[in-house]
Amino acid sequence: MTEPQGTETERRLTVFLVDDHAMFRAGVRAELGAHVEVVGEASSVAEAVSKIAAIEPDVVLLDVHMPDGGGRAVLDAMRRSHPHVKFLALSVSDAAEDVIGLIRAGARGYVTKTISPDELAAAIRRVADGDAVFSPRLAGFVLDAFASRPDVPVADPELDQLTNREREVLRLLARGYAYKEIAKELFISIKTVETHVSNVLRKLQMSNRYELSRWAADRRLV
Amino acid sequence: MTTAVNPPPRRLYRPRDHRIVAGVASGLAQHLGVPVLVVRIALVVLLGFNGLGLLLYAAFWAVLPQQVVTADPPQRRDLAMLLPFGAIGLGVVLLQSLVFQDSVAGTVGWLIAVVAVGAGIIWHQSDPTRRHLGGAVPQQPWLAAVVAESDRRFFLFRFIGGGVLVATGIIGVVAVYAPAGSLTAVINGVIFALVGLLGVGVVAAPLLWRMFNQLRAEREGRIREQERAELAAMIHDQVLHTLALIQRNSADIKEVQRLARGQERSLRNWLYKPAASPTERFAAALEQAAAEVEDTYAISVETVVVGDTECDERVAALVAAAREALVNAARHAGVSTVSLYAEVEESELSVFVRDRGAGFEMAGVKESRHGVRGSIIGRMQRHGGKAEIRSAPGDGTEVRLTLPASRESVSAAKEAAR
Repeated sequence: MTEPQGTETERRLTVFLVDDHAMFRAGVRAELGAHVEVVGEASSVAEAVSKIAAIEPDVVLLDVHMPDGGGRAVLDAMRRSHPHVKFLALSVSDAAEDVIGLIRAGARGYVTKTISPDELAAAIRRVADGDAVFSPRLAGFVLDAFASRPDVPVADPELDQLTNREREVLRLLARGYAYKEIAKELFISIKTVETHVSNVLRKLQMSNRYELSRWAADRRLV
Repeated sequence: MTTAVNPPPRRLYRPRDHRIVAGVASGLAQHLGVPVLVVRIALVVLLGFNGLGLLLYAAFWAVLPQQVVTADPPQRRDLAMLLPFGAIGLGVVLLQSLVFQDSVAGTVGWLIAVVAVGAGIIWHQSDPTRRHLGGAVPQQPWLAAVVAESDRRFFLFRFIGGGVLVATGIIGVVAVYAPAGSLTAVINGVIFALVGLLGVGVVAAPLLWRMFNQLRAEREGRIREQERAELAAMIHDQVLHTLALIQRNSADIKEVQRLARGQERSLRNWLYKPAASPTERFAAALEQAAAEVEDTYAISVETVVVGDTECDERVAALVAAAREALVNAARHAGVSTVSLYAEVEESELSVFVRDRGAGFEMAGVKESRHGVRGSIIGRMQRHGGKAEIRSAPGDGTEVRLTLPASRESVSAAKEAAR
């Protein structure tokens, strides 16, 4: 992630900002300007929904906490009608319920606002390529959510369980490894790492797992 | 007085104007679209059927909401409106003595009359505009009638009314029991006793209700006040002080970063985390250690803890070793971010401290340096655990600490997770 612009500079990615703080939007716009093309911004859910539908950017940077339902509401409104628009949550909150909630609603990744501009640009690029962006913290939450509790019956084991490999990948992510370091550690290709991570994201979004709700209930999130 | 010019929605309610007693008849008439007189006559006729009319009237009165005040409400003294109560009571008595000739039923009739008049007056007094509790108990306007505490005068009024009912009840019981014997006398006694109880209830209900309400309001207020005070104290102690320090040290970027990071962490914990004592829980202890290192060395520690467990002596040693690893990374690696990952599993606890800094050769560490050998490797071995250090110059360092979970701590963790 030290080379944010990478080698493929054929087309600049279009990015849309949704945040109710104008100062923050201005800051992100200024910092990202060198890496991607910021094509629009919105300060409310309604504005975001209409503008994203009109502009159709590659990636939407989505704030979690806004009036009128926040990032969740934008995702719910856009995900079905615009499946090719990727969402990356960018929030000051790293509370478990926000992170897991946004991912389950369909965001492709979750980063906190303390992220450095280079890392943010790299995350946007990765999301645009169809990958998931897992911060160590998010990996930790997912491991927590899918922690094996053998006494609970699992409805769909294929869907609801993380494979050992996926678990290993997540652990390494949580330990602060980059994708290529994970690949080296596990003797697999970077592509495979990315596939595992994408699968985890898919499971997280699709799992109707009893476990997840109990996990949330345990932490008084619901 | 208030003239409703625009047609109100056809809802069943009791109008404030055009009423004799409580407006039930005119409300019904308006709703059904028939003349008021018809409704009134129907009610009076129904009165003949064992007081059905009265019962209906009372039921409607209790259930129907009053029309919303549109203009200033009529302020006429409604002594005249008390007359109907007398009339109703008298009517009941007359009917009863007409229909049932015998004396017991007659007594019951009298009693009903007394109750009707008394309750009616009391109810009426708390009815028109002074239903404070109508808001407090929105679903039960009728409750407010007995319970509403408006002002001293009406309290006195209610008190006297209730007292009269109680007295009547007691007198009745005595009067019925004096001849002693028959079943009807016993039934009458029971009825009188009930009337007496009703009286006591009428007198005591507002007091009890008010007391209960006051207590509840007081308690809620106190809790809110406490929360506010806590929030204010927290913001004062932390946020304001930090901002002041940042203003004073604005030239020293490292210091500003350190302050901001510490403040961010403490606010975050305050907002999102349940408080846990670092001496009792593994996760809290690790986070505290990470926080101390962050503050001391002005680096950021990305802490991820999966699962949690009780803190015992061995776990505390693991935390101490992890802290030492963090300190080493902060001092020697020359990076701004260190990752700390810990996981609690069935069989073991593991902690990983990783940095992408300078790295070193394990073989090159002198025997005299105690940090790694003593504080990390030695400490882990003493407590039955294991420490592994992977490092290469230029490739960063990872310290892996594992500790087999003792049986007790595992079961305790599972208990806590439930």
